[in-house]
Amino acid sequence: MSLLVIRDLVKSYRRPDAGAQRVLEVREFSLGAGEQLALRGESGSGKTTFLNLIAGILAPDSGSILLAGHELAKLGEAQRDRLRAEMIGCIFQTFNLLQGHTVLENVELGMAFGRGVNRAHAEALLKHVGLADKLAHYPRQLSTGQQQRVAVARALANQPKLVLADEPTGNLDRRNARESLMLIREVCHETGAALLLVSHDERVLAQFEFMKDFALLNQAMDKGGGVPSPRRNNMLGEGTPPPN
Amino acid sequence: MIFNLIYRSLRQHALSTFVTAASIALASGLLLTVWVVKTQSQAVFAATNSGYDAVLGARGSKLQLVLNAIFHLEASPGNITAADFEIIRRHPAVKMAIPIALGDNFQGWRIVGTVEQLFAEVERAPGQRYAIAGGGRNFKIGTEEAVVGAYVAKQLGWKIGTEFKPYHGLAFDPAAQHDEHYVVVGVLEPTGTPVDRVIWIPLEGVQTMSGHNPLAATELSAVLLQLRTPMAGLMLNNQLNASGGKLTFAYPIGAIVAELFNKISWVDKVLTLVAWLVAVVASGSVLVSIYNSMSARQRDIAILRALGAHRRTIFGAVVGEAAVIGALGALAGFAVFGALALFVTSIIQAQTGVLLEPLKWNSVFWWGPAVFIGLCAFGGLVPAIKAYRVPVAETIAPLS
Repeated sequence: MSLLVIRDLVKSYRRPDAGAQRVLEVREFSLGAGEQLALRGESGSGKTTFLNLIAGILAPDSGSILLAGHELAKLGEAQRDRLRAEMIGCIFQTFNLLQGHTVLENVELGMAFGRGVNRAHAEALLKHVGLADKLAHYPRQLSTGQQQRVAVARALANQPKLVLADEPTGNLDRRNARESLMLIREVCHETGAALLLVSHDERVLAQFEFMKDFALLNQAMDKGGGVPSPRRNNMLGEGTPPPN
Repeated sequence: MIFNLIYRSLRQHALSTFVTAASIALASGLLLTVWVVKTQSQAVFAATNSGYDAVLGARGSKLQLVLNAIFHLEASPGNITAADFEIIRRHPAVKMAIPIALGDNFQGWRIVGTVEQLFAEVERAPGQRYAIAGGGRNFKIGTEEAVVGAYVAKQLGWKIGTEFKPYHGLAFDPAAQHDEHYVVVGVLEPTGTPVDRVIWIPLEGVQTMSGHNPLAATELSAVLLQLRTPMAGLMLNNQLNASGGKLTFAYPIGAIVAELFNKISWVDKVLTLVAWLVAVVASGSVLVSIYNSMSARQRDIAILRALGAHRRTIFGAVVGEAAVIGALGALAGFAVFGALALFVTSIIQAQTGVLLEPLKWNSVFWWGPAVFIGLCAFGGLVPAIKAYRVPVAETIAPLS
């Protein structure tokens, strides 16, 4: 049974000339519970937008995102926040740890907005990723590899059904990247969480049994779409954020 | 969860939290001090009558008469004759009449001549007479003895047996020392009233002091009166204050003092306005402090949103953080208030003898901090709106 089913998903961003630029158009996509899938995608292919739509951080213009029976496209922002807090774990390229929080507190934040903080579970996760002796450390006191381990523990803190990983090894050296990827896949497998990982790194993609090319998935690319560069577009500017 | 976020944010921004809370503390302390001193001084001064209902003196201002005879400030509006004193003393509406005469000092401390009954019979408050500290006694008429108020005794280091020579006039002039030699026979227990600032000697001592006008040797500066009924006060007020009279009957004392506060109410208003302005500026500092840090916090906010935090949670955390800074400042403001109030109270006591009790419960103790917390929370709204609007997707990761 599919955990995630996407149909006719469309997302556009506003252009400076007030027109709309379609950056994403996915006809059909699905991911089964516990499956692990890699998406190959170059910069600007819209893969981060795709993950943000699945995470409920962005709302689609049209289409359907069915996650564990919940139609995200029909949910309000607060409901999407709730769903994300309870069902989805996110791992980012830049780790996105809160620098003012300790390692343990960062992991606790991963569960704080969902089912609530469970310190014992957070400690167990950190022990599992080999950071049992770093609970009171701050992110800046850790190596990049260790920081990514914290990010992995945080992504799994809410016992998610789906883990979204966006270039999770992009900031790591080869050895740390390999170890980190193994860890992500291992803990997802152990917890039964499905994993959807996007990367442009062939070494990363080669480790997955199942892989899709995002450029083929995103039909907006065929029509000259894709995510515009911030330098050419004011979509990052004040007053024109994409609706999310 | 919001409390957790607030606590961690305060911890992360400890220095700016401390500095901002300190500015709130100063503002809060200032407001509390102004308010407490204002309300207490009005209440305490209006209630300070040393046990008398009215004062009789020479024709002039009632306020000047009360300030002179009760608070021992200001100059006397003039003298009244012994015959006038006898008339009022024998008036059936008068329960007790205590004459006072002044015109001398010791190093600026006022010397007042009076009668033994002041310390033997007058109740300064219901059921409370003046008490002379252990080992001392009241002065005797016809002697060169003195009973000294507690505050002046402490300031001059006087005790029983201390001898002194008075100086002429109400202002201290080292060249105007009298020849008479007085000895302290009693020190009054503290009363927290102007009586504490006075050196008391027998009435005729002042009247007949060497160098004083012998023609005025029986005259009095004022008569302090206890009346039998409030109606008696109204009756005497009509009789004695009639136009053309040579006397002034100041009654009731509390209302006359309140009139003084009405006259200087603009000072209160200015001080209060300044305190409120400081409060608003301090609250503005919370806004500026948090707002300036918002750029650095945007990423943290976006991360929290990505982890599932609602916009309203983030909004609440920022407003809550501002309110907590206000609460910390208001709490520390009590320490500032304690120090300021102690200082102001000591000045008021030194100048008037009136002892305020700044730590006595005042409603500003709850609404003052509440206002500061509210103002700070209000100041937190602007950065909270900015936090509310943080675009998650663009802030948290480069798009690809």
